[in-house]
Amino acid sequence: MIRFTLNDKPAQVDVPGDMPLLWVLRDELDLTGTKFGCGKALCGACTVHLNDQPVRACVLPVSMAAGARVTTIEGLKTRAGKAVQAAWEKLDVAQCGYCQSGQVMAATALLSHNAKPTDADIDAAMGGLICRCGTYGRIRAAIHAAARALA
Amino acid sequence: MTNTPLQPERRIFLKAGAGLTLGMYIAPLSALASAPAQDFAPNAFVRVDPDGTVTVISKHIELGQGAFTGMATLIAEEMDADWNRIRIEAAPADRTRFTNLHLGSQGTGGSTSLANAYLQMRQAGATARAMLVAAAAAKWGIPATELKVAKGEVSDAGGRHKAGFGELAALAAQQPVPAKAELKRPEQFIFIGKKVPRKDSHAKSTGTAQYTQDVKLPGMLTAVVARPPRFGARVRSFDADRARGIKGVVGVVQAGDVVAVLGTGFWPAKQGRDLLQVEWDESQAVRVSSDTLMNQYRDLARAPGLKARADGDVDTALPALVRTVEATYDFPYLAHATMEPMNCVVRLSPGLCETWYGAQGHTTDQDALAAYLGLPPAQVRINTLYAGGSFGRRGNPKSDYVLEAAAIARAWAMQHEGQATVKLVWTREDDMQAGHYRPMYHHRLAGGVDASGKPVAWKQHVVGQSVVSTMPQYAMFVKGGIDPTTVEGSANLPYAIPHLRVEATTTDPGIPIQPWRSVGATHNAFATEVFLDELAVLGGQDPVSLRRELLAQHPRHRGVLELVAQQAGWEKPLARGKPGERRGRGIAVHESFHSYVAQVAEVTVKADGGFRVDRVVCAVDCGLAVNPDIVRAQMEGGIAYGLSAALYGEVTLKDGRVEQDNFDNYRVLRMAEMPAIEVHIVPSAEAPSGVGEPGTPVIAPALANALFAATGQRLRTLPLRSATLQPA
Repeated sequence: MIRFTLNDKPAQVDVPGDMPLLWVLRDELDLTGTKFGCGKALCGACTVHLNDQPVRACVLPVSMAAGARVTTIEGLKTRAGKAVQAAWEKLDVAQCGYCQSGQVMAATALLSHNAKPTDADIDAAMGGLICRCGTYGRIRAAIHAAARALA
Repeated sequence: MTNTPLQPERRIFLKAGAGLTLGMYIAPLSALASAPAQDFAPNAFVRVDPDGTVTVISKHIELGQGAFTGMATLIAEEMDADWNRIRIEAAPADRTRFTNLHLGSQGTGGSTSLANAYLQMRQAGATARAMLVAAAAAKWGIPATELKVAKGEVSDAGGRHKAGFGELAALAAQQPVPAKAELKRPEQFIFIGKKVPRKDSHAKSTGTAQYTQDVKLPGMLTAVVARPPRFGARVRSFDADRARGIKGVVGVVQAGDVVAVLGTGFWPAKQGRDLLQVEWDESQAVRVSSDTLMNQYRDLARAPGLKARADGDVDTALPALVRTVEATYDFPYLAHATMEPMNCVVRLSPGLCETWYGAQGHTTDQDALAAYLGLPPAQVRINTLYAGGSFGRRGNPKSDYVLEAAAIARAWAMQHEGQATVKLVWTREDDMQAGHYRPMYHHRLAGGVDASGKPVAWKQHVVGQSVVSTMPQYAMFVKGGIDPTTVEGSANLPYAIPHLRVEATTTDPGIPIQPWRSVGATHNAFATEVFLDELAVLGGQDPVSLRRELLAQHPRHRGVLELVAQQAGWEKPLARGKPGERRGRGIAVHESFHSYVAQVAEVTVKADGGFRVDRVVCAVDCGLAVNPDIVRAQMEGGIAYGLSAALYGEVTLKDGRVEQDNFDNYRVLRMAEMPAIEVHIVPSAEAPSGVGEPGTPVIAPALANALFAATGQRLRTLPLRSATLQPA
């Protein structure tokens, strides 16, 4: 049995330790907001927070989450997270939307550590995430807008 | 099951209790009588519930392009509904009610959603409004002409009466359906032409939007498949002993050309799939390689092709010119690479097939499933979910991933009393290697300018696979052996060039292909817009001035050309780069799907030949822009998608094997490479035309022309490799 804190509540799963956290979340715990895109940490659609740090859940063995705090898009309750989501909605960032859970999680992690990110900071923090609809410009604008809202 | 009801199940439930539904086909009175009397469903596209919720039934899938918001905007406009009380539901597959008026089948493609539905949805909304007003008139004993509607409420001029749509729903359902309700005049619009917030933004910003990947049904198994290593390979035999040993693997079945491992979830099924030992029969497999195929295309391009257009006498005119230029352009296969890899949920029970997925070609898929399963089409139900991108892929003309899911479900059902609930999930590798690409093409051009520097001769030969040949439902579009998509953008070249010939040669190397965002324009826009730039250079002409002159008879092309030139500051010199940097800008103009787009790209090339796209200015004429912000979003996204292809996009084959399988070797645009994009919309009262595709094909030629302006080097092979640019 592997135990961790999921969205501020205790969670436990009886799965092999090498099972990626993504599939534990999606198939075992029915939290489907975190998406499967590539399975190799190349696209970032599966980004969640592990002890407030952004990680790619598709390659993270669930054993690595044992005892840790895991936050998914469903449990994003922080002020930064809410500001990011509000900016996303205001600017109508999403098109197909499939990558956006990961984008929102990565953007929230960025703003949690860097209250006023520059464009270069955004490039660095968001560079591992792919959006095939090409919403990058709006993502950038929404991160700046969220930073202003939090200031 | 998740602890909240699944969206598809909820949809079915709601439909069973439908209230007011308005449509082209009115529900029979008996059906209305059996429905809760307080609901109002005046047609197939609108339903008003007693609580005042207006449900818009969208015949088009929402795959990012904004169709849901668009359909709702048109209906809300004519109803004078309260935008905040509108919800949207995906229509089921039903060709009697939900056919795309431009495609002739139910589906979403060719950038037609807004265009085909523009008057139809407005009429649906206007009919609903008229019946709600009639209900209020009857209730209050006041002539309908003395009533007004705003924000989902009907009231009288005197301010004595007021009722929400919900209160009026039951009575409205009893009103006669007007033959034709009057539509608003453009100056009365309150939603059309304004930035109306997208209806899907909240769900997609909070992780609650439901995609195929998220469906979970009782007893559902997840299938992960072993696919043939080459196109045309078949399963000879397989050994699944090790796969079956994985905890959570429930079974293994062969379904056509794949072997599927069924598990309680993705992870066990994937592990099982990886342990399968499949022996493939590759006697019929395709073993082409990209480089040898391109060499064949080059040879074919030197021989005559079928004539798609012939103006004047290019054979006489061209040799007589002093200044001529020849060029060839090469285009690779491209994968769609949607963020959500293809997937599909199929539930089979005796006499019934239910599906949940991002259906883009509803009736094509319904017919294919019905034929495959031996069911009447009505017994094949399609529940359309949000698609995590498509760019054409989900509208596969052969229903490939849908039939694969059905084949797996059928194989399982045959062992389980006719019952199976299966979610097929492709890995990224499966998705990228499954074919159905944008075809490889080769263009060969020759042209020349007269003494004044004006292009007067143009000869072009396009070689490649026919996209329409993969789509039997559109076979009637093939004329004289020529697939119009192969030469779309070239055969209808708008430039006034007196001696012009366009030829096509169709190939069939056995690689599965299908439409890819903007279809024929993806390569024709590049070949024509770069070649025109080459002719401009040859004749010593400014690329904008030359286009202006040659487009004298094409006002909408001219309109976007002038707008983009003005907004980009074409008349002013481009700001210089840092020492060692070379800067340049290029322009391209192209019409596709009845929308006109011009783009100016600005680039900076570093000393080592590496470059970045700094800024793209885009002008679009899509007729009346129903939602200008969505038009802008589609241009931004179309440019990013086209830029991915221009910079990196390339699926290559080696001895029949696809060499790319994930985002490490099939690179796409990332955040840092996204240029600043400015979109300018031409004010227009013309009928709306599409915006999903037309932004895509213009960026690559604009970029190639910019790189030429910066370096004097002409890149003619896609993708445009920075490595091929020489250092300064």
